[in-house]
Amino acid sequence: MDGFAHQIIAGIATGGIYASVALALVMIYQATHHVNFAQGEMATLSTFIAWSMVEAGIPYWLAFLGTVVVSFIIGVLVERLLMRPVQNAPVLTHVGVFIGLLLIVGNMTGWIFGYTTKVFPSPFASSGPLMGGLVSAHELGSTAVTLVVLILVFLFFRYTSLGLAMRAAAYNPRSARLVGIRVGWMLALGWGLAAAIGAVAGMMVAPVVFLDPTMMTGILLYAFAGALIGGIDNPLGAVIGGFAVGVLENLAGAYVVGTELKLTVALAIIIGVLVVRPSGLLGRVVTSRV
Amino acid sequence: MLLEVKGLQAGYGQIHVLHGLDFIVEEGGVTALLGANGAGKTTTLRAICGMIRTEGDITLRGERITGRATEDIARRGLAHVPDGRGTFMELSVEENFRLGAYVRSDGEVRSDFERMFEWFPRLKQRWRQQAGTLSGGEQQMLAIARALLLRPKLLLLDEPSFGLAPLIVQEIFGIMRRIRDESGVGILLVEQNANLALELADRAYLLETGRIVVSGPAAEIREDESIRRSYLGY
Repeated sequence: MDGFAHQIIAGIATGGIYASVALALVMIYQATHHVNFAQGEMATLSTFIAWSMVEAGIPYWLAFLGTVVVSFIIGVLVERLLMRPVQNAPVLTHVGVFIGLLLIVGNMTGWIFGYTTKVFPSPFASSGPLMGGLVSAHELGSTAVTLVVLILVFLFFRYTSLGLAMRAAAYNPRSARLVGIRVGWMLALGWGLAAAIGAVAGMMVAPVVFLDPTMMTGILLYAFAGALIGGIDNPLGAVIGGFAVGVLENLAGAYVVGTELKLTVALAIIIGVLVVRPSGLLGRVVTSRV
Repeated sequence: MLLEVKGLQAGYGQIHVLHGLDFIVEEGGVTALLGANGAGKTTTLRAICGMIRTEGDITLRGERITGRATEDIARRGLAHVPDGRGTFMELSVEENFRLGAYVRSDGEVRSDFERMFEWFPRLKQRWRQQAGTLSGGEQQMLAIARALLLRPKLLLLDEPSFGLAPLIVQEIFGIMRRIRDESGVGILLVEQNANLALELADRAYLLETGRIVVSGPAAEIREDESIRRSYLGY
């Protein structure tokens, strides 16, 4: 029974990571109707930046903050320099750019930092298992960090006028321009925020999966599955979906398919959702007249 | 002069819709732009607020705005209620209000909200409701309120009567009369319903296939039977 409870709690901890990355995907999807395949690679690069800061002797939380800021700037730059020139191009052009970005960022990370697996520190002192062995300090701490990030993002979009402007620009760019919102910059801010959220997810998962240039590849798949379950155009749904996938994946790994086939669960979820309910549990059904 | 348009040409891709329009909109009061379907009324409004490629000279209170980005033109005090209304369907009435005043930094936004409630009491009742769930008439009211909250110098209105029941149209034109008398904002009104528009307007232009064919005081055009018969169809 304790084993089962532990699987669920560990699932919630990794689910938080998926939820963050899923939220990053949804933020860009809402604004552009494209899925940023390079989201994972960008997060890995961020985590390496954090790693080199920590290696250079910078205190963890300062490095954490610095990484979030740098990642935000990288996100903004990617939108301004790479996405903006193709903003009116067909879907396939975007897919091409995303795949190019994925390959470039991924390989650049390996080229700069090397392909050897690195140990990434956890800021949460491992004083052994807590709550009677149910949960590790890192699981508890990373879940807390994830929740804080998700709540901050929610408050930002719900209550600030910049957040409202970003939502308006995503829902209806034409009307947003008519009220004076600089839609292009809202997109860039969205990319920056997504990159920053991805960076936090990367830093929280790295102590568990260890740091190497392909660290986020699998995580992106789980996150994508989570985003699809919740509805790819619904941020709250994506977050719930991310947590759900984390728990499902862990339970399936422990009791059903074994750890080797865990990733298959994510793929099965993706296909299952697309076949049965493409709009997700909380997504909007979009009908278009032809 | 509030708005001065000279030699305005615009179109979509290879197709030219406007062939050199000249017209003016005076401070305060309503100027109507009339014409049949496809005459270029909506295109004219789109050209003024920078939504399509445009040639010619458009000046807003002496400042040339031709070729500027839509958001910059909005920030200079030009509000547009486009066809399809330009409200944010997914957001609440309150959020639409806040977005209308997004670029303003003066402290009078709240009192302007109150003013909108006076003109559009129905919107106050719908305050927390999602805009997409409002009735057609309420959505049109929200669109006009959203535009007025910019505190514009000039308000462009594209067919506020479109798709609404006659009673609702009467209500909206009644409100627009109040806005004309109480706010001092200049209005450029595009309307299919020429009779209604000419009642509200001080001045009118008649557009036919991208050219202005008649212009003059609204009252005179309304009285002129030959114009009415040949261009307005009533």
